[in-house]
Amino acid sequence: MVKKPVNLTLNDSPRAAFADPGQNLLDFLRREIGDLSPKFGCGQGTCGACTVTIDGQTQLSCLVLAETVDGKEVRTASGLANGATLDPLQDAFMDHFAAQCGYCTPGMLVSARTLLDRNPRPTRDEVIEAISGNLCRCTGYEPIITAILSVAEGRARA
Amino acid sequence: MKDMTTSGPMIEFRKDLFADERDDNLNEIGKPTRRQDILGHVTGRSPFFDDHLFDGLLHLRCTRSPHHHARIRRIDTSAADRMPGVVRVLTGKDVPTNLNTLLSLLDFGLDDEPILTDTKVAYMGEPVAAVIAETEAQARAAAAAVVVEWDVLPHVLDVEEAIKPGAPAVLDIYPNNLFVYHGKYDHQKLRFGDADRALAEADHIVEGRYQMSPIEQAPIETCGAIAAPEQNDRFVCYTSTQALFFSLGTAAKVLNIPSSRLHFIGGTVGGGFGGKVDSIHEPLAILGAMLTGRPVKYAWDRAEEMQVGAPRGAERWYVTDGVMNDGRIVARKFTGYFDAGAYTRLSSYAIIKGVGHLPGPYTIPNVSANVYCVYTNRTPATAMRGFGITGVDFAIEAHMDKVAETVGMNPIELRILNAYRDGDMKAHRREAKNCALIECAQVVAEKAGVTLSPELKAATSVTGGGGARGALPAHTATDEDGQVEGFQATSYANTSGASSAPQPSPTTSAPAPQPITSAPAPRPATPPAPPTSTPTPSPTPPAAADKKPARSGAMRFSSLSGFRRR
Repeated sequence: MVKKPVNLTLNDSPRAAFADPGQNLLDFLRREIGDLSPKFGCGQGTCGACTVTIDGQTQLSCLVLAETVDGKEVRTASGLANGATLDPLQDAFMDHFAAQCGYCTPGMLVSARTLLDRNPRPTRDEVIEAISGNLCRCTGYEPIITAILSVAEGRARA
Repeated sequence: MKDMTTSGPMIEFRKDLFADERDDNLNEIGKPTRRQDILGHVTGRSPFFDDHLFDGLLHLRCTRSPHHHARIRRIDTSAADRMPGVVRVLTGKDVPTNLNTLLSLLDFGLDDEPILTDTKVAYMGEPVAAVIAETEAQARAAAAAVVVEWDVLPHVLDVEEAIKPGAPAVLDIYPNNLFVYHGKYDHQKLRFGDADRALAEADHIVEGRYQMSPIEQAPIETCGAIAAPEQNDRFVCYTSTQALFFSLGTAAKVLNIPSSRLHFIGGTVGGGFGGKVDSIHEPLAILGAMLTGRPVKYAWDRAEEMQVGAPRGAERWYVTDGVMNDGRIVARKFTGYFDAGAYTRLSSYAIIKGVGHLPGPYTIPNVSANVYCVYTNRTPATAMRGFGITGVDFAIEAHMDKVAETVGMNPIELRILNAYRDGDMKAHRREAKNCALIECAQVVAEKAGVTLSPELKAATSVTGGGGARGALPAHTATDEDGQVEGFQATSYANTSGASSAPQPSPTTSAPAPQPITSAPAPRPATPPAPPTSTPTPSPTPPAAADKKPARSGAMRFSSLSGFRRR
């Protein structure tokens, strides 16, 4: 098996590692790069726990070949905070009890951040659509929607 | 009345109800509270079991049965052994104590389930071999290369088919496909008053059949564990378990090593809902680490989680009510079949819990129940959110509506009329306290625009209970139906010794079996007395006399089930 070098920008940092042939981006980020924030839930593109962005678009990292992100910009939930300063979405998730077990949370936050970057004042329906690919089995959807909307409204006031 | 969310449902508090019982003013309810672990959740740093990186991590995957029920003639691992990346292939002979039942640590139930079976499979997906390889893909390929020669057996997938004469025996130790309760009955009994006599005198008989399918917990994080040798002759195990010390005890028993050599780390669970108590992964991951000297991960993929992950068990209930024209329910009989699947796991206990819940939150003077823990060739069932209660509650409440229709009452009125009130005697012989069903039903009626009669509108849980309603039945009809020979009443060890596993290893903390203090010798060869004149009830001082035989069984489960006097 010939490993392939993959150079990428992960959360604004240049990173490089070797990917096995056929290795998916989820496994590559977790095992080779060491970013453990994307989670394995299904490995078949159903649950959204592995959601990341590639060049600004949300993608399910379990369905992306690692070698295809060479030269691209990848963002994960671990890049949301700026040092000790949390993203307003992270604060909102904490304030609104928008995480119970926490396993879907990183993917949920990536989907929410992508939505707000594109559409700073989404409607409730737009929020629901944006997280419709992220399953939460503790069924905290209402607090999650509320948390995302609270950030959207906060921005509107600012 | 504060709105919790900007657009979610309104939560309304009725603090006027039971105001004298609470002094906390419900301060915490309806307000989001910051969890102590939530910073880790929102930053993606909460350490789930798989968030621990090990150099040289090996991956374990199981070869699973494609049949519901089959004898194993031969397992040939030689091809798998030669596959690329394979470090070790495990079969049943590699597991030190290859037979367990989940509640054996509580001395409840016989060891019935192999970790890796090498004689017979009893459900589709049962593991027969475990391959440990350098990569997950290699483990997957080699697991598929294990050759098993099967003698396919007839299978049974329905609880009532499984207890018919001649049905395939799922487990050799329970040949009738029924768990044995208290060492002597093939079902769990509840007897309170004389349900048959009351049914004969009732104005209406209302019968119903209710069924609930198995339900998979489906956590977003699949179940798994990573084990690795430590430098101090111990093994560390990161696990998704919901029951850390339970899994620790189970692993110590299965591996036959002192629990002090096991270092379990857990507590961060990516959704459990009951599906992460079965301690399936820890023993094999640790065994893999012991035999290879390297870190080993054993985790289910999503397909395994859905197929072999133990669900909430299916239930089937038959309910028969005796009802008077005015809506009073005077008798309720249950026959319940709980589908344990192929092994006991927690199903036997779910029934203990469920029977303590009968007949639902209603004061019914004559209640009888026979509830069977039935083995079938389906995926073993286990815990899930109120298991043992939710299925029969569905049956009870659906049945209440049917009763209301029969006597021409509004279903809310029927519930208020029959609801527990403070001081009433429950069928499991505890006094009802802090009742609230009447008040809840009144609020429901108000919200639904149902006009209640003046009496029912004025009813409360704190008045009208007790007195005659609080007394034990003057006569309780008992019987010895369903007796089973060959099991001890005081312990779940099988007296015959046949196919019984070794006792729990000294490292586990099984409590000493409690001797039955006053019960006569169990297992009478013939039924001791005609059922009409059983010696049990003596109406005058009911408490002590009536309780003893029932208690010796029920007390054992008091801490397990959380029953306590309120």
